[in-house]
Amino acid sequence: MEGIKIIVLAKQVPDTRNVGKDAMKADGTVNRAALPAIFNPEDLNALEMALTIKERIAGTTITLLTMGPGRAAEIIREGFFRGADDGILLTDRAFAGSDTLATSYALAQAIRKMGRVDLIVAGRQAIDGDTAQVGPQVAEKLRIPQVTYAEELLDITGERIVLKRRLEHGVESVSAPLPLLITVNGTAPECRPRNARLLMKYKHAKTITEIQSAAEDYLHLYNDRPYLNIHEWSISQIETDPSQLGLEGSPTKVKKIDNVVLQAKESRIVAPTDDEIGDLMKELIANHTIG
Amino acid sequence: MNSVFVYCESDNGIVAEVSLELLTKGRKLANGLNCKLEAVVIGTKLNGCENDLFPYGADVVHVADDPRLDPYQTLPHASIFTGLMREKKPQIVLIGATSTGRDLGPRVSSALHSGLTADCTSLEIGDHEDKKEGKTYKDLLYQIRPAFGGNIIATIINPDHRPQMATVREGVMKKEITDPDYRGELKKIEVDRYLQPEDFAVQIIDRHIEKSRINLKGAPVIVAGGYGVGSKENFDLLFELAETLGGEVGASRAAVDAGFAVHERQIGQTGVTVRPKLYIACGISGQIQHRAGMEESAQIISVNTDPEAPINAIADYVIIGDVADVIPKMIRHYRKNTK
Repeated sequence: MEGIKIIVLAKQVPDTRNVGKDAMKADGTVNRAALPAIFNPEDLNALEMALTIKERIAGTTITLLTMGPGRAAEIIREGFFRGADDGILLTDRAFAGSDTLATSYALAQAIRKMGRVDLIVAGRQAIDGDTAQVGPQVAEKLRIPQVTYAEELLDITGERIVLKRRLEHGVESVSAPLPLLITVNGTAPECRPRNARLLMKYKHAKTITEIQSAAEDYLHLYNDRPYLNIHEWSISQIETDPSQLGLEGSPTKVKKIDNVVLQAKESRIVAPTDDEIGDLMKELIANHTIG
Repeated sequence: MNSVFVYCESDNGIVAEVSLELLTKGRKLANGLNCKLEAVVIGTKLNGCENDLFPYGADVVHVADDPRLDPYQTLPHASIFTGLMREKKPQIVLIGATSTGRDLGPRVSSALHSGLTADCTSLEIGDHEDKKEGKTYKDLLYQIRPAFGGNIIATIINPDHRPQMATVREGVMKKEITDPDYRGELKKIEVDRYLQPEDFAVQIIDRHIEKSRINLKGAPVIVAGGYGVGSKENFDLLFELAETLGGEVGASRAAVDAGFAVHERQIGQTGVTVRPKLYIACGISGQIQHRAGMEESAQIISVNTDPEAPINAIADYVIIGDVADVIPKMIRHYRKNTK
């Protein structure tokens, strides 16, 4: 069987699971600089599914595609260390302020530029928005079917893929033709760790912007070893309609952001002693809250 | 005035709870906008389903009834719903944020090139002034949701694109019959006008759906645990208390992520919204996404070692202490006083 071409969509996200007190600025906006940037967790599950397919079908290639600021090249390197073959950073000021629709448009246009693609794999959702929208929107823009909430790869041939989906109240197995877009659940197998050999091979992988700001002594490296070049695409590399990009291309606008204000109740403090807890339980039984 | 539409999920002819909740909310929005409320049901065995929807105030019920449409599959449902939306041009479309709605919504919003806001906790009608462009917008849908790890609440609008689309989790809106005798109009959808053979490219091979045995929404007492409970073993204490009080066990997202409880027990913006008589929050700090799913509880007890935990501010009773120490005492004293 001939290898298939897989694109993994990944996002670098602020780690909203570990939000410290300095995460918010005084004006109520998010202080992104105070949050560590990580590989979106479910995108790692997606990468693992792609790597599993690569092991099953010889000649398969995995390209990691991410949209974000220059710093997002970090997750492409992370993908290389775990087995991705190629990486593209889609970065341009014109993408700033994109909502999910404008994001999916830019990603779909980048994918179109890549020629034949058999499978696109993405995490179900990113932890900074939890919308789960970009995957299905990319599929629609490319006019290909989608399988969401994939948890397990059951079978794959060059033409079809069989997947188990995790739904709210159960599971479903589906057989879908390629080309296809899959979104992968956090319940799917965890991504394998970095591979020591790949870490050595790719630790100097850089985008052109990063290379230009690096020490001159190393520049020959990127001619001698072309795999160390992380492709950096701006809007000049992909065909786009500017009215569909960034803030202008985003139908949703943030009207306002409110700080969370706690409307404090009159709370009664109950000591963790037998006496006070006993009285509390008696009171709740007496007023028919319980019992 | 263009209508408010609700996509109604159905399983074997039964319309989902979340869809009835959205119809209730949709009716209120439609009243405010002075427009019609229309429901779309796509599935099979739907004969007579309109009679279940009219009491919630649906002026028109569109029904696509075909055995190929149940169970739900993305492409056939998206083709029919997108096609219908292109013809009807609604101003607002509401979809349940279930595994079905979260699969369908983005696909449809992309096809219609309209904005979609996920997991709204509140929907209101309001105006907007764009000072930069010097434009004023009347009667927009304010799509309100916690964002960014729950540190902020964002109000999202779609000034220039229609429909304005939003998904809402089950239990967030209250289901309420507007008028048991309300009668709207039934319209059958001719499915073949919208479907293509390619829409059936994905085949369902096997399906195991269990009716959830966990009934958080109906429980009078909920004992919920957070990350602060510390372990799966300590969660067993919560189960014991819940059983003693005739309640259910819920969990915060952090507790679910840590593997202390299954996702079905998650309470909050991306889980279930509950309004029990008594909510006992154990080791839960109380981020806004969690509070969004429980703050309408009649009585709240917080058990937490941290006196500064945000949840304490909305609790009626605050017990500063360790879950492993406090919960057994609650069980003992409840038993002592009810025997």
